[in-house]
Order: sequence, then C-alpha cells, then structure tokens
Amino acid sequence: MLTPEEWTAVRLSLQVAFWATIWSLPPAILIGWVLARFNFPGKGIFDGIVHLPLVLPKVVVGYLLLITLGNRGYIGQYLHEWFGISLIFSTAGATVAAAVVSFPLTVNAIRLAIGGIDQGIETAARTLGATKMDAFFTVTLPLMMPGVLSGCLISLASALGEFGATITFVSNVEGQTRTIPLAIYSATHMPDGDAMALRLTVVSVILALGALILAEMADRRIKIALGQI
Amino acid sequence: MIEIDVSLARNTGFCLEAHFAAPDMGITALFGRSGSGKTTIIQAVAGSVRPDRGRIVVGDEVFFDSDKGIDLPMERRGAGYVFQDARLFPHMTVDNNLRYGERRARRERTIGFDAVVEMLGVRHLLKRRPHTLSGGEKQRVAIGRALLSQPRLLLMDEPLASLDEMRKGEILPYLERLRDELRLPILYVSHSVEEVLRLSDAVAAVADGKVIACGPLADVLSQPELLPVLGRFDLGTIFDCTITAHNEEFGLSTVSFPDGELRVPLVGRPVGAPARARVRSRDVSLSLSRPIDVSVTNRLSGTIARITRAEGPFSDVEVALAHGKLHSLVTQESVQRLALEPGMTVWAMIKAVTVESRPAGFNSPGAEIRSPSPVSPPRQPSAAPPALRVIAGGTPPKAPS
Repeated sequence: MLTPEEWTAVRLSLQVAFWATIWSLPPAILIGWVLARFNFPGKGIFDGIVHLPLVLPKVVVGYLLLITLGNRGYIGQYLHEWFGISLIFSTAGATVAAAVVSFPLTVNAIRLAIGGIDQGIETAARTLGATKMDAFFTVTLPLMMPGVLSGCLISLASALGEFGATITFVSNVEGQTRTIPLAIYSATHMPDGDAMALRLTVVSVILALGALILAEMADRRIKIALGQI
Repeated sequence: MIEIDVSLARNTGFCLEAHFAAPDMGITALFGRSGSGKTTIIQAVAGSVRPDRGRIVVGDEVFFDSDKGIDLPMERRGAGYVFQDARLFPHMTVDNNLRYGERRARRERTIGFDAVVEMLGVRHLLKRRPHTLSGGEKQRVAIGRALLSQPRLLLMDEPLASLDEMRKGEILPYLERLRDELRLPILYVSHSVEEVLRLSDAVAAVADGKVIACGPLADVLSQPELLPVLGRFDLGTIFDCTITAHNEEFGLSTVSFPDGELRVPLVGRPVGAPARARVRSRDVSLSLSRPIDVSVTNRLSGTIARITRAEGPFSDVEVALAHGKLHSLVTQESVQRLALEPGMTVWAMIKAVTVESRPAGFNSPGAEIRSPSPVSPPRQPSAAPPALRVIAGGTPPKAPS
C-alpha cells in the first residue's frame, strides 16, 4: 500500500494537525470569547491582527515566523540561547506554523458559537450565586461545545492542508517537517513520483472524509447532551 | 424594608427615576404597562443593571449605594430571580438545575430541597431535561431553582406572561403557597390586574420610568392618579372581607366588611374564610336619595370626600364610608346635574363585584418551608376558578352613567 516514507508523512501530518489544534484551542476560546462579548478601544485593530494569518499569503506568514521564531529571529534567538529550543527544521516548528495559520478560523467558529448563547442564561447563573468565572465554566463553556467542536474540525482540516507557511518557516525535511502536502509537492518533482502523489492524495481524501463524519457524529452527541435535539 | 431609590438614563432616551419602599414580607407588585420600567427596577435590585446613581437597601444589607461606592456583585446579593422565559440550563437535568443555586448558597440553608420539590410538585421531573418540559413545568423548576439558592428576596419578572391561561392557572396556586409559606419578600413584576389582585399585598405602580403610587393594594388601586396605568376600566376599590353566609337557593354568598356587606354569587369557600372583593369604579353609580325600586341590591351610603377630574368625560368621586372609602366613576355632566360636592351624603349602587379567592392564612406569619407544618395540596385550576366575575342584582355592566 504505502511506502515507509509515505507512512512517515501521514503520521507526521496527523501529529502536527493534532497538536496544532490542541495548543491553539485554549487561546482561541479566550480570544473568541473576548471578541464576542466585550467592547473595548482598539477592538478593530485587535480583531485585525487575529485575522491577519487568514488574509496574508501563507508564504508571508512563514517568513514572519522565520524572522521572529527562527534561530536568529527576534524571539527565536533567545529561545535558542536560553532554552536550547530550535524550531526550524523541526516538527515543533511545523506545528507552530499550522497552529498560527488555522488560528483565525478556530477563533471565528468559537466566536460565532458564543454569540449564539443567550447571555440571559449567564445572568441567571450569576443570580444563583455563580461568579463570572464560575458561570463561564459551568454554563457558557458547555453550551459552546458545538462551536468548539466545529472550530477543532476547521483547525484540523486547515492544519492538515498547511503548505506555504510550513515550507517557508521549517523547510521540507523528511521525517521532521514533510507532511502530506509537502510530500506530494516533493513527489511531483521526482521523475517517478506520480504514483506516490496519487496514493497520498487518496489518503488526504480519506482523512478529510473521516474527520467530517467523526465531527458530525460528535456534534450530534453534544447536541443531544445539551438538549438541543 | 426594601428601599429603592435609583435613577438611570439610557441612551435610547428612556429615563428611570424610581423611589419607593416595599415591605420586607409578602408580595409587592411592580405594576404598570410594558415598557414602563418595571423590569429595569428589579434588574437593578438583582445587580444585572447598574443605576447611574442611588441606593438599594434590603433589610440591613446595602446592595448599591453610589455615594459610598457600594455595588455588591450579583452573586453576593442573594436575589433569587425568576425570569419570564425560565432560563433553565439546557445542558443539565432538572435535578442539577435545582441544585445549581443550592450548591452555591452563601446563606444559612432554611429552604430544603425536598420541601421545594414537594411544594412545586416537580419530583417526577427531576431526571428530565428542560427541553422536554412544558412551559408551566419549566417555570415551576425555575421558581424552585431560585428558592434553593437560599435568597434574601425573590424577584419575579412576569413569570406567567409567557404561559397560556391553562398554565397560568397551574402556576398561580404555587405562587400563593410561596407567599403564604415562606418568610420571603417578593417583588413581582406584572401588567395584569388579575395577577396583582390575586397575589399581592402591596403595589408600586410604575409609569414612564417613575413609581407614581406605592402602598397597600387597597389604597393604591383606587387612586385616580392611576388612571393612565390601569385604564378607566380597571380602576376600583378593594375590600378585604369575610364570607358570612351562603344562600344555596339563590346561588348567592354574603361577604362582610366593616362598612357593610355585599351580595355576590356563590363563592366556593366556607363561611368565615377571607375574601377580597373588588368594586370597579365604573360599576358604581350614585344616587342622592336612598334608592328603593331598583334591582341593584348592593348599596352603601357615605359622604363625598373629593371629586377629581379623570380622563375624557369622567370624574372620579371618592365616597367616604364609615371606615373605608369607595370610588365611583361618573360623567362630569352627572356631577353638574346632581350638583355633587364634597360633604354631600350619597348612596352608592354597586352593579358588579369581583371576588378574588384569598387562601386562608393570608397575612399570617409565614411558616418556614422546611418545618413539617401540614400543607394543603395546591388547588387544581378546574376546582376553583381563580376569580369569580359576578354581576350582582342582575344588571349587565354598562358604561358609567
């Protein structure tokens, strides 16, 4: 079926997408909540910055990551010097690139979900003795789970498909940063790479369909638990 | 006492200037048309709306005081809130909804879970989810949830408004039990005269963001100043009476009060039971001599205390009885024709009386809910109609003459 090299790419893709989603979720929930519920001076600019990775060319995002988080970057040099962390050419770097690119999509999904929750129900929790924080964790968060789930799905899908930022930031290193899209790209540059490209394409389609079906099932379960069906 | 003195300006142009005091027990109705600011007042008490300035004091607890910079957070006010739309937590069972406030209660627990579940009749619903409940059931659970948070006072925002007549009849007896069995002041927002008459002991009438009258129910509902709120059809006098006789043959009951007695169609309560009779001003006509050959049986004599011009062609005539008073709405033309003046003796003929059923024990010191005092089951809506509209003397209601 798949060659060991292709298996590596598939495993790496799943790993990168999974961790990118997990790490970006808590800040996405926080920022989605802030954007949905609060008005403050400079909100427009803040919103713009959050959405920047969505509208910028992915190569530009990758390059920005390189000059900030690269080994000689503004932040990266200290990471390297003080903690010995080097993101370039590494799986961790690929995860960062995928997380940054998918972040605005996750935030948007969560923001929409929070916007759909009746604030009156949080007020009800407050009158029953819950602090703001308590009400958020016991009422708002459970009720926004469908939105969090769709945010996760979008994040996974976009992380699985990430190409431009990854190749610019962490290059195309087999076993480290060569995810499925990068592997397909490499295959198309090899004289006998067509079969490999085709097999990885089929894997991509299966992954995407599988994720959609799983998400649909989870969504149904969550909605039943929330009493929405 | 519950003292409220707040002002608030919205950028929509709405302005609230509420200044009134409510007793620290029983139900005080905030009564007025929709948009008058009733809900904003109780939101300020709950803390979900912050007044521009003023003071809110409940008993000896200061909820809000702009001069001293006090603004107690919502969760520390102990203001149980029952919303018009129930607002149950959809992701929790009824049981967990009820326990939400109980687990977070900051006050001593005097209201027990089982007592509330029994009182509101929700035991069979405990395992269910809110979306499987009927509107009336949701509202009962919401009331229970608020009670179990061990509140200092209860705020109810038109809890019956979203229910149809059947469901209202289902909830009302529970509200009456709440009032009679708990030592808990309740601020009850309503635009329904029937609800106010049936439930409340005191009234604060609200119009255009201002509390225009406040006091015991009987005093407030007869004030001609209330015309813009009540409309001329509902302005009237309240008499707290005792049922003194039943006449099965004619289907009549007699209710007595210090100034006399009224004959009303049979009331389904025993002799000796309290009843609240309501006489609408437009159902009272005046005569200068003792009326003899008229069909109206309910007649009271008194002295005109004052005559106030009301809206349109009408005047409100306040007749002082030996103890209480009675209001009559007559046309200004009649006032002139009969040369009515304060000090004159008149006979008031009452064409219709409404009797509101008042449960026994009204105004008796409320028993703690967890005490094992025997509690009668709530009356079924079909067993006793909430209010008997009675036409005494067989005269159909007409416009005041």
